[in-house]
Amino acid sequence: MDLSRKWLNEFVTVDVPDREFAEAMTLSGSKVEGTTDLGAEISNVVVGKILSMEKHPNSDHMWVCQVDVGAGEPVQIVTGAWNIHEGDLIPVAKDNSYLPGGVHITRGNLRGVKSKGMLCSLKELNLDERDFPYAVITAAALLNDYHPIDPDKPSIPADVRPGHKIYGPVVAAAVEGVKPAGSGLWTCVLTYTDKDGPTGAVVTTPCQNLHAGDMVAFNTSTAAVCTLADLHAEQREFPHCIPDGIFVLQEDGIAPGDDIKPVINADDRVVEFEITPNRPDCLSVIGLAREAAATFDKPLRLHEPVVRGGAEGSLPELLDVETPAADLVPRYTARMVRNVKIAPSPKWMRERLRAMGVRPINNIVDITNYVMLEYGQPMHAFDYRYVNGGKIIVRRAAEGEELTTLDGQVHTLNHNHLVIADEGRAVGLAGIMGGLNSEIVADTADVVFESACFDGTCIRRGALALGMRTEASAKFEKGLDPLNTLPAVNRACELVEMLGAGEVVDGVIDILNDVPQPTVLKLEPDKINALLGTDVPEEEMVRILRKLDFAVDGGQVTVPSWRGDVRRMADLAEEVARFHGYNNIPVTLMRGQTTQGGYSPAQKLENRLGELCRDCGYDEIITYSFISPTAYDKIGWSRDCAMRNSFKILNPLGEDTSIMRTTTLPSMLEILARNWSYRNKNVKLYELGRVYLPGGERGLANESKVLTLGAYGEGMDFFAFKGAIEAVLKGIRAVDVRFETASADTWGDSVAPYHPGRAAAVFSGSDCLGFIGQIHPNVAKNYGVDGELYCAELSFDELALAQGPDAEYIPLPKYPSVDRDIAVVCDESVTVGTLEETIKKGAKGLLKHVELFDIYRGPGIAPGKKSVAFSLTLRADDRSLTGEEADSDVKSILEALEKDCGAVLR
Amino acid sequence: MREQLANIRAAALAAFEGAQSRVDLDALRVQYLGKKGELTAVLKQMGKLSAEERPAMGQLANEVRAALENALDTASKKLEEAALEYRLKAEAVDVTIPGKPVTVGHRHPMYIALDEMKEIFIGMGFTVLDGPEVELSELNFDRLNAGEGHPSRDWSDTFYFDRDERVMLRSQTSPMQVRAMDSMPLPIRIIAPGRVYRKDEVDATHSPMFHQVEGMVIDKGVTMADLKGTLNAVIKKMYGEDTQTRFRPHHFPFTEPSCEVDVQCHKCGGAGCPTCKGEGWIELLGAGMIHPHVLEMAGIDPEVYSGWAFGFGLERTAMRRFKIDDLRLIFENDVRFLEQF
Repeated sequence: MDLSRKWLNEFVTVDVPDREFAEAMTLSGSKVEGTTDLGAEISNVVVGKILSMEKHPNSDHMWVCQVDVGAGEPVQIVTGAWNIHEGDLIPVAKDNSYLPGGVHITRGNLRGVKSKGMLCSLKELNLDERDFPYAVITAAALLNDYHPIDPDKPSIPADVRPGHKIYGPVVAAAVEGVKPAGSGLWTCVLTYTDKDGPTGAVVTTPCQNLHAGDMVAFNTSTAAVCTLADLHAEQREFPHCIPDGIFVLQEDGIAPGDDIKPVINADDRVVEFEITPNRPDCLSVIGLAREAAATFDKPLRLHEPVVRGGAEGSLPELLDVETPAADLVPRYTARMVRNVKIAPSPKWMRERLRAMGVRPINNIVDITNYVMLEYGQPMHAFDYRYVNGGKIIVRRAAEGEELTTLDGQVHTLNHNHLVIADEGRAVGLAGIMGGLNSEIVADTADVVFESACFDGTCIRRGALALGMRTEASAKFEKGLDPLNTLPAVNRACELVEMLGAGEVVDGVIDILNDVPQPTVLKLEPDKINALLGTDVPEEEMVRILRKLDFAVDGGQVTVPSWRGDVRRMADLAEEVARFHGYNNIPVTLMRGQTTQGGYSPAQKLENRLGELCRDCGYDEIITYSFISPTAYDKIGWSRDCAMRNSFKILNPLGEDTSIMRTTTLPSMLEILARNWSYRNKNVKLYELGRVYLPGGERGLANESKVLTLGAYGEGMDFFAFKGAIEAVLKGIRAVDVRFETASADTWGDSVAPYHPGRAAAVFSGSDCLGFIGQIHPNVAKNYGVDGELYCAELSFDELALAQGPDAEYIPLPKYPSVDRDIAVVCDESVTVGTLEETIKKGAKGLLKHVELFDIYRGPGIAPGKKSVAFSLTLRADDRSLTGEEADSDVKSILEALEKDCGAVLR
Repeated sequence: MREQLANIRAAALAAFEGAQSRVDLDALRVQYLGKKGELTAVLKQMGKLSAEERPAMGQLANEVRAALENALDTASKKLEEAALEYRLKAEAVDVTIPGKPVTVGHRHPMYIALDEMKEIFIGMGFTVLDGPEVELSELNFDRLNAGEGHPSRDWSDTFYFDRDERVMLRSQTSPMQVRAMDSMPLPIRIIAPGRVYRKDEVDATHSPMFHQVEGMVIDKGVTMADLKGTLNAVIKKMYGEDTQTRFRPHHFPFTEPSCEVDVQCHKCGGAGCPTCKGEGWIELLGAGMIHPHVLEMAGIDPEVYSGWAFGFGLERTAMRRFKIDDLRLIFENDVRFLEQF
């Protein structure tokens, strides 16, 4: 919501600097986003008066003007514009001045003639013809500016003389003199010759570019000076006869030397507010004025609209309104204006509209916008002649009903939209935009002003569905005050009379379907203070509430109709707090019963897992929970894989983020691939993230957490990666950890993303924690990676179960151990894991540790076989072992290896 | 003999002192003190001396031996020291050569910020709660006073899983307030960090998924002054003891009175600069006294209990904490970014 500070001052006098205003309003609850000084970019630009003008000696189109800028000697300024005359008041950008867009004007030399500044056009002041309709420039086609398209075939001879016949009744005529005739018109004395000899004419013309000595095309039958259009000429034939030029001021009470800013309303400042959705009343000048009055403790000056009325006709006979969709129309108020004269609205109104970011259009439309800004009540004006049968029906649209809105868009509506219709067709989208078929146009004679209250949700949904959130709909959607419609429509009618824009018909059509009773609350100062932790006296509370137009009487507070947000004690407490000052509420620490805070066991495990991953050199990542459905294809899951069953977002931002992941692998692969594409060399990542599996309570998801690791780079291979996983498992004291070859036969799609020869299922006891392995080359390729990627997925819930008990001290060995190395030859198919298991099984109780130290294939070993070497540590807890005892254990181990694994001592 | 002893002593002492190496010194020891050494040779002549001379000569001989052994020891020590000195010199390294890399992983910066915050609240007796992201709209909206027709329920803002708008991706961590009220005994002090989802296109300040930290206290006699005191204490711990805060009115459906809390701009100290858009303050979080109707819906009597709640965006906090200027970096996970923290 933008607010003009000049407009605000009509209701409350607040004379503080912008920064202070913004700060105070923000602290009382109307957050200021910024303040724009409309004239910030303009400096040293004044009103000037053209004292004299001469043709530039070295140019065929420039003028050298002597300009009175209110101080000392006249200033000489060269201009290329042709629409000015001696005596004109114009904006002058003096030497060393600034114009909008950062344009810096300094003195200069134009073709040898000194120029100390610039005469300004509307555009150069960041204005247009809508701001100053009188500044529209009409240009005559000056024959002395004629440049034939084909120099060999000029339409007008170079030596054209007055009286030369151009076509039909149009002859060349010399301009002898020009005088202003007021209202943007000029009286012009022309001479030419006709068949009877020299003759002349005195004509009134809107063309501004005429000066004594010019030659024009004069239509003797219409007594008009011809424009380019009249001659069907192209602009390039008359390059300087353009409908553009200097902004010639027609303001009263201005004099040379005056600062231009007040003249063009560039002395206003516009404050931008962020209004919270509970305060639609503040989407108006009056609403903000009320807040400002309370904030600065100044009197609020409200105005009761007064309408004279008296136009011919009786309202009930002229207009009938029905609201069959009564549930969506709490109130519908309308008045009528007849004998409308469509014209530009006055300058003060245009300035206010423009300051608040609204484009002036014509008096009637401007009045509706003005009232909307002032009262916060959207208004609509329609042309009565297009309301067939004089009957307005506010109804739900029919399915498929079409309506073209004022912006020219054609909409196909349905039953959820509310329309304003006559007996035959819709003439407007209620609360959103009027229909093109009832638009106010230049010859509109009778106007209906609609000031209604529509259901906020209906308007919001309708606007959203049609993709056309308008100023009006943005207000309606928040739920407006039904009691505001009548003052607003009266204000519109008052303005019509004030502007002389038409005659108001007596009476008001006012349909009240649902106008609520005022809310009355008990004023409970103790409770308010108890909630706020303050000690605000009751009188102060009453003062604050009254300032906001709450009626307080005998401990009863009557909430004003526009404050639908105030419903109970806590709401009153907020009003008190806002104006007592949030920053005046004391600062206390929490009291009451102390509570034991802290992490749950699961949260502690999460923290521990993260620490362990980082200790292993893995960086933490955070990935999106939603993925693309194609991710399941990319990781190689079969078409009918049950894990594809995902929560699907019905309104996703895009396909890529449309389903909730049931696996974290695609997220990890995406990040690995991204780092790969950035040519990051060594990448080790982890994420403790959720998957979202259907089948949770109350139709929600089972949100299990998965610890995902991913890596690639120098030195990274299956075993380097496995080492980290082992370290993490060891770190949480996981019990009975085992890695098994993860075959597709057993694990199906779970291991489809992995290299079939380099994937393992991770076990703790009989529970599978997850999978680890090299990513299948085809899957890596799907992610644009032609190297080895390693990933692991471990279920957090399983990790929590696998977590071992707290450490318990085991006495350090008192007796020395005996080390024995063995190397056995076995078939390739026998895994090291199996050999280790067998060794442990074969030992007779002295084996404390077994460690692989070599695997050898090559000369000396038969093809299809391998030699596997282990280092065995044997020890007894109660004595020093003898060599014989150790040998006996080793013998038993070797026997078991041979028997169970076919592995023989090398 | 006396003369011989004096000569040996002088020669030996000079020789020991001049020895250049261990080997030289060993040879000299043998030469003078060995079984076949010069001193032994002289002593062997003792037999020829008279009984009266013997004790004096013997004593002298012992003195010479002692002097020689002493000198030998000194020379030996000197040589050892020299040798050590030489070795240490030879072993000197270029300490500017980088150490052998030990890679340690990095916590994601956003979670660093979150950890700091959690620690602060845990120290104040808060419990950390975790809850579902696929959530019932009833908990995300209705139970928080954002009933049917509230704009945040629009399909343009919120992700839904069914046409009936029953199940959604939570758009805020605030449903955790309701979950806590429904499941925990009073008094309650919780924070609930987590992922939330809104239909915003990705850019430098927006993401369809981001994180919030919710906090809530419910007890008898809890006041807005308590809210201010607690949040002030937390903010000072997070941003420094001299951090200035400002509480200003705002609106949230589920708190009344509601506020937003600003901190004084760290760049300009409140004078106004581009970072704070000239305001001198930067918005940090939203908070307020729990709306009595929200308490009522949870079966808590607002006449007996009151509470306050707050919520803030974790990304923004982390970005400010680490001066990260683009939200996309948070979710991009480029290791060159991650390894800076």
